Amino acid sequence: MNKPLGRVVMAMMVLFALLIGNATYTQYVHADALRDNSRNSRVLLSEYNHPRGNIVAGSHNVASSKATHDSLKYLRTYPNGPLYAPVTGFYSLVYGANGMEHAENAVLAGTDDRLALSRLSDLFTGRSPKGGNAVLTIDPRAQQAAYQAMAKQTGAVVALDPKTGAILAMVSTPSYDPNKLSSHDSTTITKNYKKYLDDPTNPMLDRAISQTYPPGSVFKTIVSAAALKNGIKPDQQIPAPDGLPLPQSSHVLHNFDGETCGNGQTDSFTHALTISCNTAFADLGLKLGAQKIKDQAKAFGINNGGFSMPLSVAGSSTGDIPDEAKLAESSIGQQDVRITPLQGAMIAAAIGNGGTLMKPYLVKQIQANNYSVVDSTSPSKMSQPMSSSDADKLTKMMETVVSAPDGTGRSAQIPGIQVAAKTGTADNAVGKPPHAWFVGFAPANNPKVAVAVLIEHGGVNGNETTGGEAAGPVAKAVMQAVLADSGGGH
Amino acid sequence: MTAPPTTDDARSLPTRRNSELGLLLFAVVIVTAAEAIVDANVNNGHISINVAYYGAGFAALWLIAHYVVRKVAPYADPILLPIAALINGLGLVLIYRVRLATQDRKFPSADPKQQVIWMVVGIAFFSAVLLIIRNHRVLARYAYTLAAIGLVLLIMPAILPARFSEVNGARIWIRVGGFSIQPGEFAKLALLVFFASYLVDKRDVLSLASRRFLGLSLPRGRDLGPVLVAWLASLAVLVRETDLGSSLLFFGMFVAMLYIATERTSWLVIGLGLFGGGAFLAYHLFGHVQDRVSIWLHPEHYYNTVYPNSYQLLQGLFGMGTGGLFGTGLGQGYPQLVPFAESDFIIATLAEELGLFGLVGILVLYALFVMRGFRIAMSARDPFGKLLSAGLAVSMGLQVFVIVGGVTKLIPLTGLTTPFLSYGGSSLVANFGLMALLLRVSDSSRRPAVPHQPKTPLPEAMTEVVTR
Repeated sequence: MNKPLGRVVMAMMVLFALLIGNATYTQYVHADALRDNSRNSRVLLSEYNHPRGNIVAGSHNVASSKATHDSLKYLRTYPNGPLYAPVTGFYSLVYGANGMEHAENAVLAGTDDRLALSRLSDLFTGRSPKGGNAVLTIDPRAQQAAYQAMAKQTGAVVALDPKTGAILAMVSTPSYDPNKLSSHDSTTITKNYKKYLDDPTNPMLDRAISQTYPPGSVFKTIVSAAALKNGIKPDQQIPAPDGLPLPQSSHVLHNFDGETCGNGQTDSFTHALTISCNTAFADLGLKLGAQKIKDQAKAFGINNGGFSMPLSVAGSSTGDIPDEAKLAESSIGQQDVRITPLQGAMIAAAIGNGGTLMKPYLVKQIQANNYSVVDSTSPSKMSQPMSSSDADKLTKMMETVVSAPDGTGRSAQIPGIQVAAKTGTADNAVGKPPHAWFVGFAPANNPKVAVAVLIEHGGVNGNETTGGEAAGPVAKAVMQAVLADSGGGH
Repeated sequence: MTAPPTTDDARSLPTRRNSELGLLLFAVVIVTAAEAIVDANVNNGHISINVAYYGAGFAALWLIAHYVVRKVAPYADPILLPIAALINGLGLVLIYRVRLATQDRKFPSADPKQQVIWMVVGIAFFSAVLLIIRNHRVLARYAYTLAAIGLVLLIMPAILPARFSEVNGARIWIRVGGFSIQPGEFAKLALLVFFASYLVDKRDVLSLASRRFLGLSLPRGRDLGPVLVAWLASLAVLVRETDLGSSLLFFGMFVAMLYIATERTSWLVIGLGLFGGGAFLAYHLFGHVQDRVSIWLHPEHYYNTVYPNSYQLLQGLFGMGTGGLFGTGLGQGYPQLVPFAESDFIIATLAEELGLFGLVGILVLYALFVMRGFRIAMSARDPFGKLLSAGLAVSMGLQVFVIVGGVTKLIPLTGLTTPFLSYGGSSLVANFGLMALLLRVSDSSRRPAVPHQPKTPLPEAMTEVVTR
């Protein structure tokens, strides 16, 4: 009987080999597909099984995890949801993560290499591993001031520390409540998400960094920088006609409301900026040429594509500027010029910081779950768009925008503090009010804050002062909040 | 340097009981450590007193088993017991683990304490078999009685009203009061003994050839009777009890034993032919067989359907895929997402938390157990013992193949217990019986046949009956 027995043994070994082969297929070859199958909730469950780290602004947690009693053990909560939504983003069962929740996911989930040491110690101390914290550069008071000042208006506010590039405020309105997308009930999440998507005011759009707008007269700061670089003096008289016939075109460029700059023929360079004279800057642009305007813009960060800080920022651009008529329009920030509000703040920050542009950043520190700092961001220079002396000259010119009786930015005057700024009233769609812009910094001689405010359709057609009047008070409120926090300024 | 087992040297053959003890203690260490890891991972680093209870209980029960073997089957194979202990211990750990994950539910998974009680019953049955059956050949005398008992046990759930026999849709139980057993597990043992005895008696007749056909020597027509009876009985089980797994197991076991006994390939061909025909018929006649095959072929399609439904199979596979090579670690996976993660799908639980390495490890343990069983068959001195132990080994191997293959989607899923590992009293107790029989046969094959020089003077010695 031993011979057939031997064959049965062989057959049995084949069966075991088949089992082992199939197990290898299931757990090795096919494992990734099984793990990532949308019906497999294990990866998600294990993510929700550990408390996620906090997102911190100042001394507040703007996103944190709370223990619950359902199968997903921790619920993500945003104590000041809409205020910080453009920064925190959401952390959703259904739609994944976005904003800082996405950008710093590895830290918050505790898988980042920088946290390896604390993970190891967790293993020995037997605590359940908790993610690390991302400490933001956001100044809660400035953020709150910006959000309140925007009230029911649609737009964005960005404030930077000009010396470091730290982002002190980043607001987009109207906003949404990330709590509504981060619950544990997928039906509710889907319903809320759809409601936000269908909302015509587009509350989930981060207007501060994801959307570009025509800068209008704000772009005159860049033309000014190029002019200074090419030897034009602040007090020099430059052509400023009531109407500027555009080359290769039948069109004549006029000033806002048909106003007259200076004597109707020329105006000083400084005064042209103070009152935001269109013909003077169109003429300057024509004299400098498209290349110099583009180069200057590029030095300020425009035409470089987007970047990450670590949220991804849409690229700002001057457009092609293919002919002189378009060059004239581009020089006053119309035509195809488009910038993000963050880019607007970067221009102001670079001028205020003696011509040095610092790279914007949103994360100050990475902490382990025991709050020990495992990494901190050191400020880095992005570019040098202007010489320090040109920057000083431009600063003086921009001070007149706020301080002069006929300046367009008077609404941002702060008692006892010199503010340097430039306003904008940017035409966009036919038949709709122009966007209102304000970029500036304070105190002018030693800036602690640079700010950009954009209010969609916040101006009145054909009136340059309206942009400043709408956006100026918002900028003022933010600057005052930062200055109050940094000891009052001078 | 081992001496050839001649009669003269027979008395000096090592019993290897100390090897068994050493391996058993090794298993105790592994199981207790695994239990502690589960506790620590589930309870945030806190190890409860349960670990000590379960560790000590597990060690005590298996040491009793070892003691019994040492006393009444000292020459038995030393590997089987520790392997079964390790599998059983890991099973207990996994049952405990799934319980921890489901203890807040309205209907938590099976209680590991209950499994410990089944272990007590199992060890008692194991000891009883070894103590009562001192010579396995005695069993052959009761072959027809056992056959009758086996058939009754097998058919009983089919005859009883559903309320006495159906649990979770499977009609394979006998429920009396709060107590329920799966008689099929015991029927398997009884029928195995009968098959072995019957085939040893009739193998000369069965291997007679009447004519040759296509190079095969075919048996005589009238000898086909018993094979047809076995075939019909397994079909009956399949149809009436919707128990695909048992049906496959019984018939496979019978054909393998028939082949070993007669040494005739023709029986194998006839058996496989009957099996193929039966499977074909069953597929076309019975919805539940089609359902099993549909789920197997298109699990994604049947995920949300009411019936058939592939949720359990797919979630098991998801767990295994998520576990990957090394597993999530004990206590860190989500076995509770799979229905019956402590019984039918305990292999998925193991694979999720211990990974491919853990799964292959447990399969190697089973393969070792089965191979030791075959080795015992090879060296058995009597045809009955040889055929019985071969049948026991085949049944263990086939059962592991059918259930593990089903859970890992190698073959359509059919409900069978995972020997020694999964929660369930009948299966555990019956497998203790199976192991006792294997140890009994192996003891007799290595035990010195004739005492060389009796220590006691002849007049005082007890009369010994030597059966050859």
